[in-house]
This record gives sequence, structure tokens and C-alpha cells, in this order.
Amino acid sequence: MNSLSPDVTTGRKIGEPILEIDEVSLAFGGVVALQGVSFDVREHEIRAIIGPNGAGKSSMLNVINGVYHPQQGTVAFKGRKRRNVDPHEAAQQGIARTFQNIALFRGMTVLDNIMTGRNLKMKSNFLQQAVYWGAARREELEHRAKVEAVIDFLEIQHIRKTPVGRLPYGLQKRVELARALAAEPELLLLDEPMAGMNLEEKQDMSRFVLEVNDQMGTSIVLIEHDMSVVMDLSDRVVVLDYGRKIADGTPDEVRNNRGVIDAYLGVAH
Amino acid sequence: MTEQPDTFPRLLMYQANLRSARPAFREKDLGIWQTWTWAQVAAEVRILACGLAALGFERGDRLAVIGDNRPRLYWAMMAAQALGGVPVPLYQDAVAAEMAFVLQDADIGFAVVEDQEQVDKLLEVLPQCPRLKRICFDDPRGLRHYGQAELTGLEDLQAAGREFAQGNPDFFADEVGKGRPSDVAVILYTSGTTGHPKGVSQTHAAMIQTARVLVAFDGFADKDDILCYLPMAWVGDFLYSYAQMHIAGFCLNCPESPDTVMTDLREIGPTYYFGPPRVYENILTQVMIRIEDAGWIKRRMFHGFMAVAKRVGMGILEGKAGIPFKDRLLYRLGEILVYGPLKNVLGMSRIRVAYTGGEAIGPDLFDFYRSIGINLKQLYGMTETCVTVCMHPSGDVKLETVGPPMPGVEVRIADSGEVLVRSPGLMKEYYKRPDATREAIDPEGFFHTGDAGYFDTGGHLKIIDRAKDVGKLADGTLFAPKYLENKLKFFPYIKEAVCFGQGRDKVCAFINIDMAAIGNWAERRNLPYTGYADLASQPAVLDLVRECVEKANRDLAQDSTLANSQIRRFLVLHKELEADDGELTRTRKVRRGHIGDKYAVLVDALYSDKTSCFAETQMRFEDGRTGTVSADLQIVEAKTFGAAAARKAA
Repeated sequence: MNSLSPDVTTGRKIGEPILEIDEVSLAFGGVVALQGVSFDVREHEIRAIIGPNGAGKSSMLNVINGVYHPQQGTVAFKGRKRRNVDPHEAAQQGIARTFQNIALFRGMTVLDNIMTGRNLKMKSNFLQQAVYWGAARREELEHRAKVEAVIDFLEIQHIRKTPVGRLPYGLQKRVELARALAAEPELLLLDEPMAGMNLEEKQDMSRFVLEVNDQMGTSIVLIEHDMSVVMDLSDRVVVLDYGRKIADGTPDEVRNNRGVIDAYLGVAH
Repeated sequence: MTEQPDTFPRLLMYQANLRSARPAFREKDLGIWQTWTWAQVAAEVRILACGLAALGFERGDRLAVIGDNRPRLYWAMMAAQALGGVPVPLYQDAVAAEMAFVLQDADIGFAVVEDQEQVDKLLEVLPQCPRLKRICFDDPRGLRHYGQAELTGLEDLQAAGREFAQGNPDFFADEVGKGRPSDVAVILYTSGTTGHPKGVSQTHAAMIQTARVLVAFDGFADKDDILCYLPMAWVGDFLYSYAQMHIAGFCLNCPESPDTVMTDLREIGPTYYFGPPRVYENILTQVMIRIEDAGWIKRRMFHGFMAVAKRVGMGILEGKAGIPFKDRLLYRLGEILVYGPLKNVLGMSRIRVAYTGGEAIGPDLFDFYRSIGINLKQLYGMTETCVTVCMHPSGDVKLETVGPPMPGVEVRIADSGEVLVRSPGLMKEYYKRPDATREAIDPEGFFHTGDAGYFDTGGHLKIIDRAKDVGKLADGTLFAPKYLENKLKFFPYIKEAVCFGQGRDKVCAFINIDMAAIGNWAERRNLPYTGYADLASQPAVLDLVRECVEKANRDLAQDSTLANSQIRRFLVLHKELEADDGELTRTRKVRRGHIGDKYAVLVDALYSDKTSCFAETQMRFEDGRTGTVSADLQIVEAKTFGAAAARKAA
């Protein structure tokens, strides 16, 4: 193993599977999005899902965090098997995600947007919060401290009070990541975190993904089209094509897999 | 009165005693301003010093300090000084190779750096710097898995320091007692336009004496606040932040990150501010953009009251008599409606004194700040003289000058026009460069600044150019091309100017118009044009430029020394001067000699009677191809003024 591979430089330990996908199939009417897909994600691992357009990558993420309910198969998170789960339950269990098309409140400040990531952890009720007294106040301060730590971590102090709608795209992506991190997830789903970014922004984002994984110990599932990013960041890669899994392994194994090459480059019939 | 402390560590102890509960440092961390009092700072410095000593730092050793303005980096400097060592702050954005030079040159064995970025750079050059044996870092982020033996976290250093202090409780006080005012307090590397940077050694005595003069000059006290955002390696930060806080006991506020400076400025509301002209320019640009985006009521109010401010604001700031009651009332109203809120947004409500220096500031910029009541002043100096050669006293401010010499500073103008300085703040030497030191400081003790200047009738020094660039016209009067060019470039319509006149009977100029500004001007007048060359040759544009040149001439006529340098003839070049064509340096300074050779035909035409001249020039496009542009250039005569006429017109 060469000295630059993440395991040597970071010394992090990849543990037991935290997420197990078992024979999941999903169809929308006659359109089959996923067909008997199985793979697992281990603790502290960065797992990439790649594949051509329409391969079912985003559908897979949506199954994991409960937006779609598969017709067949199960998803087991931290050992708890389930088929149907709602997004808020998934979030409560420790799954956070970012979206391919940024889903932030454009009129709200960066700080407020990230605060919404703490929503599920707030215990005080509506009335207490309206009065902003005692426990509610203490709680808000605690949450704010957590949010500030995330802001510091992602180096976005300078836009703390800026409405999200006024930010350039690359920064909005970072804010979305911040909101996901504010929920202190155990599993983070990133849907094309680097789409539309320039090289510098990609490098920044890659650094943040690696640091999240290293310092917070978060397991990460990543959909990305930029192959150099995928190959550099991920520990293992799943390749989907037309809703089927066609390869699964380390970046090197996947890179040299005949089926993957065919899927990406096309094959002579 | 008891004797004043004479070294920085003793000043620290003095302030910790006198102002134990007053804030000395603030830093915004996780969104909240954290404060350290003088007593806390002294305690922190003691621990750091003991930690450094435990690692083997000895009297006379040098400590590299690299990073953004962070309290702990300032404390590391204090700790090094307490041990009789010399802090050497480095520019945090320098590349590794540049750092290697300074690390070798100053024989640096210890470094305290901010974060992973700086650690990476030092580790990269470690093989070239065998003396460097210890790198302490403040922010451990990303460094968790670095195994290098040279690395120590600041927290570990503090732990070692606490242990050491327990075993040697008197150590710190003893070390502080051993310091002498003649010891070197800091080595600051000058960027140096040619060759390698030189380390300027400044003693405690020089820095402290200069800081005392400055504190007295503007009456600073412990209730003042300053935001330190300029590089720590720059003499200005060391003097204005570090040295003056030791004397006046005021508070140093460290921004959250370099990107948040504007927000932090507003939250802190400093009373004392320093910035190079471009910082003031950026702020003004931001204001103008936001005003143009505002609703029409706000816009009208802003422009209306700014006109009032322009008319009477500077007079009111300087306490001049004879301003009509009505204007005073309007200005007062403007303060409530426009200037006050504006200053508040900019974080400048509490500013008593603001300085700019380093390069010439444009008249519009200077007047804008002064007219809304910000006491912006200019100063002149360099690393070798602890800055502080000349400064504007409050109430005696002139745009064109840098003020009269400071108390205790002798300024002499050499026959060549070069400014010579002798002062208590003069450097001890260039570190390990006796040859360079001898060259810079003459046997009489005057430092040769390399700048050309002269005193005006009010005793203010006026800096016009680098001495080596200043020449003479055929009749022997002074010719300062850069000064003239700057004067022209302050007009928004003029982007670049190149003045000729060395050994000639008159001054002539090439001018580049500002495509954006004039293009916009032309559009508003429905003037069609195809490109730069076309726009530059339009008679209306030439008239516009001629007006600018004549305005500059009128100013020049008022100055007896430069009246002869009025620009008689000029032409607007058919192409923009480009670094790719070798006409500008990479930092966008005009290469006068090269341009003179390249366009010799045009220069000859300027100095003949011709009214136009055909020019064909090779140019390099951005993709590397070359082509030629040609045009028939009109030569324009500009009006010049006699001194009396100029005064009447002004």
C-alpha cells in the first residue's frame, strides 16, 4: 500500500458495517430504478456510488434515508432492519444528507439555515421557544455553540449573517454540508457535492469531506461524477448501471473492471 | 514619576501591574469575542516563555512567528523577547522557498506557527534548514496524524511551560530583568524589490522611543481599540499594534479570519486605524456599489448630503472659521441622516485617527473620508526607520504631502533630491549584512531612503518618486515621471500614463484610456465605437483626456518646484499597455525605458511639430498569437498655466 493512501496518513479504523442494503428493488410504475442491489457501508468508511446518468444513484440515496420506499429488499441501519422508514425517522437515527440541487432556505441567513439542522435535537416546545426563557434559552445557546463549531470547521465565518440566496454556488454547497453536519450524523449522504464546482472549490470540498470523515468519524456515502475525486476520496466504490450493481470494490479494482469500462464507454454490439 | 520601563517584557509587566483588569487582547472565536486582560496576557506569556525555555530556547535565539494576527502568536513574540530572544515574524502568505531563505538567513531554530498550512511549508523546507529544530503550532486541525518529531502543539508547549515554571518560579522574572534596551527586539525582513530580502534589526530602545512619540502625537490611551489585520511581518503592525499597545496599554483586537475583517471592524469599532490606500479604496467601492443598488430616496439623500460634505466637511473637520451657518446646519443634518449611519456600517464611528501610507492616495478617496469626518492622515517612513519619519498632525493635513518631520527626526534633502533621515528609530543594522548597512547609513548617521522629495513652503515633506527615477529637464528643473503619471492616473478615465522629459525641453506623455470608464461614458453619450483603438481615437475622447491633462497641469502650476513639468503634448496610444508585450512589469508598473524605445517614432513625433503620426505595433494576444495594430495617432496640445493664472482658476 502506498504511503498516500488514506488509511496510513489518517490512521482511522474502518469498523463493522453500519448500513446494509439487501436485495433492494424499486420501481416507479413500469420504470425500474433499482433491481436487487446489495452492498454495505462500514463505520468510518467513505463509500462512493458511481454510474452513468439514470443508473439509480440518487434513488439509492433516497431509499437509504426513506424518501422512497422500495418494493423489495431491506435496509439495515445500525443493525435495525427495515423496509419502510420515513425521512424524519432516518434523520433521528443519525442519517443526514445533502441534495443534488441545493435545498436551502434562500431567504434565511447561513447561520439560520445551519440551525435548522439542529431542529430534531431541540427538546423545548413551541411555547417555551416563543417565550425564549429558561430551558429554551439555554438550549438555544448550546445548539448555537454546536453550529458555531461547524461554521469554524467549514471556514464559513465570513458569511455567517449572509442570506444564502446571495452566495455563490460553491459556498451554498458548503452551507448545505454544514447543515447536514449540524445534525451530528453517523451516516452522511452526499449527492454530488462537487457538481458544478471549479477546481479550487472541488479541492476545498474534498478536504472537508476527508476531514469530516477523519475528525468526526462519520461514515459517508458519496455520489460523484468526477472520477478523480471518487478515486482519491473513497475507500470502496459501488457501480450501478440501469439499476443493477455491476461492480463493487476498491477504486483500483473498479477502475480495471471490464463491466465498468463497458458501461461508461459503451460496448460494441 | 518613576522611571519608565525600557524593554518590551518590562513594559508588559508594568502594564499587567497597572492595568491588570483592562483588556489587552480580544479574539473572535466560535462567533464570540474572547477577552484577555493584561494580567492574563502576562501569565500566558510567562507560561509560553517557560515552555520555550524548557525546549532549549536561549538568550539571543531567534523565533520565527508565522500566521494571521492571532493573540497566541503575539504572545509568542512577547515570550521570545522575555527570554532575551528575537522574534522574526514572516509573511504568512510567502511560499515555502521564500521562508527557507529567511529561516537560513536568520539562523532560526524555533518557529511558532498558526496552522497546518504553515506547518506544511516549514516541513517542506526542513531539509534545507538544518538549524530549525522545533515547530510549535497553534491550531491542531488536520495535524492529528503528523508524526514529525519537530512538531509540538502549543498546548503541549504550555503544559511543559507550567511544569517548568513550577520548578523554577523565579526564572521568568529573572530573565525579564536581564534584558537591555540596546538588545535587538525584532528582526523584520523587508520585501526588497531587488535581490534577497534584508533583515532589519530594531532594538527595544528604538521601537519603544518611537512608539512613545507616536502615542503622545495622537494622544492614545488605554481606552483605545485597534483591529490588527495587517501582516505581522510588516513593520507597521509591529509598531502600531505591538509596540504602541505596550506603551499606551490599549487593546488589540484580532479578527476571526482574514475574510471577516469588515464584519469584525464593525463589531469592534476601532478608534485608531491604519490601512494602505487600496484598503480605503475597496471600502469606498463597496459603499458606492451598495448605494447604487439602494432605492432612489436613499440614493438622492446620499448624493445630496455628500455634495454638502464635499463643500464644507473638510473645513469643519479642520475647525476652519467662516463656514456659513446654513452649511453647518446642513452638515449636522447630514451627520444624522447619512454620514453617521455610513460610518457605523463601515465600523468607523469611533475612529479618532486613521492613517494611510505606503503609496500615493487619490484625491477623491482622501477627500471622501475627510469630508464625512474621518480624520484620515498620511505618514511616511520605512522599516529601517520604524516608519515614523513624517506624519500629518491633526489639523494640518495636505493631500500632496506626508507632513512635517516627527519630533526627534532629522530629515535632510541631498543634492540629488534624495531624502535622508536620522532618528532615534533608525535600525541597528541589516542582520548579518554590514556591507548593506554601510551603504544605507552614511558616516553621519543618516539613512538613505532612496526616495526623492522636497519640503514645501509649509515645512511638509513631499515625496515624489524613487530617487533613481527622478531626472532633470534640459533647463535643469526637476522631472519626476512617476509623480506625473500618478497624478494622471488618479483620473478615472486614465488607466496608464507614461511621461517623457529626461534631458528634454518639455514634458510629453503617452496615455492609455480606461476602457471601462470611457466606454461607459461613451455609451451614455450614444457614441458608437468598435474597440479600444477606435474609442481611443475619437475626438470627443481626446477632448475628455485633454481636460484631465489640463486639470493636472493647473495643479502642477501651483507648485513652484514642478511647474515646469506641466504636460505640453500628449497622445492616446492605440493599444493598451500589456505585461505580455513587455510594456508593464507583472505588478503592472510601466517600463518607461522599454516603452520609449519601442515607440521611439511616437516619442520623436511628440517632440516635433507634427500633429499626427502613423504607428504600427506588434501585439501578443492572450492565446499567444501575435498580430499588428496600426493607427494614425493625433497629437494633442494641452494648455499650460502660469503660477498666477493657476491660483485664480483654482
